[in-house]
Amino acid sequence: MATDPTVSAANEQNRLNQTAEKIVDPLVPAPYDNDKAVQPPRSGLRNAVATTTTYLVLTALSVIVLFPIYMLLLRALSSPLKYISAGQPLYPVSIEWDVFNRAFGQASLGRSMGLSFVVTFVIVIAQVLTSVLAAYAFAFLEFPLKKLAFVLVIGTLLLPIEVTLIANVEIIRKLHLLNSVPGLTFPFLVTAIGIFLIRQGFLGIPRDLRDASELDGYGHLRFLFKVAMPMSKAIIGSFIVIAFLGAWNQYVWPRFATDRGAWQTVQVALRTIGSENPGELNLGFAAAIVASLPLLALLIFFQRQIVRGLTAGAVKG
Amino acid sequence: MNTSPLNPTEQVQGESAQVTTVSAPAKAQTRRFGNKVRDAGLAYLFLLPALIIFGVFAYYPLYRLFWYATHTQSRFRNKPASYVGLEQLKASLTSNDFISGLTHSGLYMLYTVPLGLLLGVMLAVSTHRRLKGIKIFQTIFSSTVASSVAVASVVFITLVNPEIGYFKNVPWLSLRNPTSALFAVSLSSVWQNLGLTFIVVLAALQTVPDELIEAATLDGYGAIRRFWRITVPLISPALLFLGIVLVVSALQAFAQIEILTGGGPSGATETLLFKIADPRGIRPLGVRASYSLGLFVLTAIVAGAQYSIMSKRVHYGD
Repeated sequence: MATDPTVSAANEQNRLNQTAEKIVDPLVPAPYDNDKAVQPPRSGLRNAVATTTTYLVLTALSVIVLFPIYMLLLRALSSPLKYISAGQPLYPVSIEWDVFNRAFGQASLGRSMGLSFVVTFVIVIAQVLTSVLAAYAFAFLEFPLKKLAFVLVIGTLLLPIEVTLIANVEIIRKLHLLNSVPGLTFPFLVTAIGIFLIRQGFLGIPRDLRDASELDGYGHLRFLFKVAMPMSKAIIGSFIVIAFLGAWNQYVWPRFATDRGAWQTVQVALRTIGSENPGELNLGFAAAIVASLPLLALLIFFQRQIVRGLTAGAVKG
Repeated sequence: MNTSPLNPTEQVQGESAQVTTVSAPAKAQTRRFGNKVRDAGLAYLFLLPALIIFGVFAYYPLYRLFWYATHTQSRFRNKPASYVGLEQLKASLTSNDFISGLTHSGLYMLYTVPLGLLLGVMLAVSTHRRLKGIKIFQTIFSSTVASSVAVASVVFITLVNPEIGYFKNVPWLSLRNPTSALFAVSLSSVWQNLGLTFIVVLAALQTVPDELIEAATLDGYGAIRRFWRITVPLISPALLFLGIVLVVSALQAFAQIEILTGGGPSGATETLLFKIADPRGIRPLGVRASYSLGLFVLTAIVAGAQYSIMSKRVHYGD
């Protein structure tokens, strides 16, 4: 009866993972029981024609989706003035491989990338901490005015930074935090969506496990770190990835919480890099590529978490 | 659809009451669950960071917006503002400037939401099949998830910029023409959101049971009828959710406007948030605060719909 809660937690976790993966990962084709059900039997020739047509359509759609990315690469690598005088063709003109070096050197892309990393890490770490704690309070603790507190948390969904922008800028100005990491991060250290998601994860933990932990003499802190958090690993992981996505992609707040170029995050810096001089336009395009690399890495290594996070009904980047 | 049911709060309360009775005789000294005073103290300790941040950067700013909207600022920062009641709020929210911002935001929604949904469904349906190499196409179609609004805007500079864009001579994509500029800008959002819509619709398609499709096929339903009668109703919660996400992001369009058009030509792409943020600083703080309250009401309507759909989805999902 009093089994080690961590063991059953791990089992439960596996079960949850399996279910979750089976259901929401679109990048793994769903297991079809019966191919004939979806694609009625055809003659060999008709089948071949249908397959070829499908590939053609898919390739055409891919070209449309990838064309803007191709144009970005093309413009980043081509010498801006020579490309224009060559009549803006669909192939690169006098490639300048050093464009990335120049973006880091001339346009101090390194500084804005570094600032973006700092801001993003501060926001993600803080959001996970505050969300886990608040979610624990809502899921496992009883306290006076619990409902009111929950309504106050959910109510902030009506107050995104876009709505409160101008008042928040004034607040940050009065606190002398314009052009600072605290100024760039403070309004985002907590998010209702994180609290809501992780609370849902906590509420899914079976009652037996709490009873068992309690009989083993676990206090709240030990239950939180040894049982509740490991068991909600999948949800917390997805939340971390989408929190990173959201924090890295921010534009409106960092745009107005700074008034000095040196404090521009990379997204904000993209607006001005290379725009002063027509001969340096490619610096801006190169910077846009560099700014997307962290998310590209995220997409490659954490596909599953991204998909789960996005489909959990949370946020978008 | 989701692994964790959304239990009503009441159930949790009932549970912890039970915990108290079970554990009381067991180990009185080491009892840590269900101690009411300690639990409440711990709960507030845990909630403190959240409540402080929300108080300072969400609720206090809302109060400040009301304050700014009911006061006119002097041009000089050291002079006190004067109270004008609801006059300024009323005048601002009925001004042509606000209405045009509202119109542009509405148009932006109209351009991005249906087209975005349609393309997302198209891409998802076309890759929802067993085929060699389908994973490559799925990766390509979800790739724009890696782009931010700012990156997507810079990408679209290469396409629609009036001087250097590849499509600069296509009249219906012209940023110089007030009637086409907003549409051209909106395509950057459609493209940027494609990855998200694709991923969510594909995930939804994979929850449609094969047996249903099979049964419909045996009943003589053709591919088109199967799609409209079975697939669409079953993925409608995902479509609704996406619709709301796209509406919200259209309502909050700013970076793409600032980067691609700067609000021009002659204000034709100034959305509501562009007028609020007012990068050129041409509107008084009180007017911008009034506009912000307008945006707040719109956000509240959309968020209300979002919340009810979210909780419904979780109930159905389990």
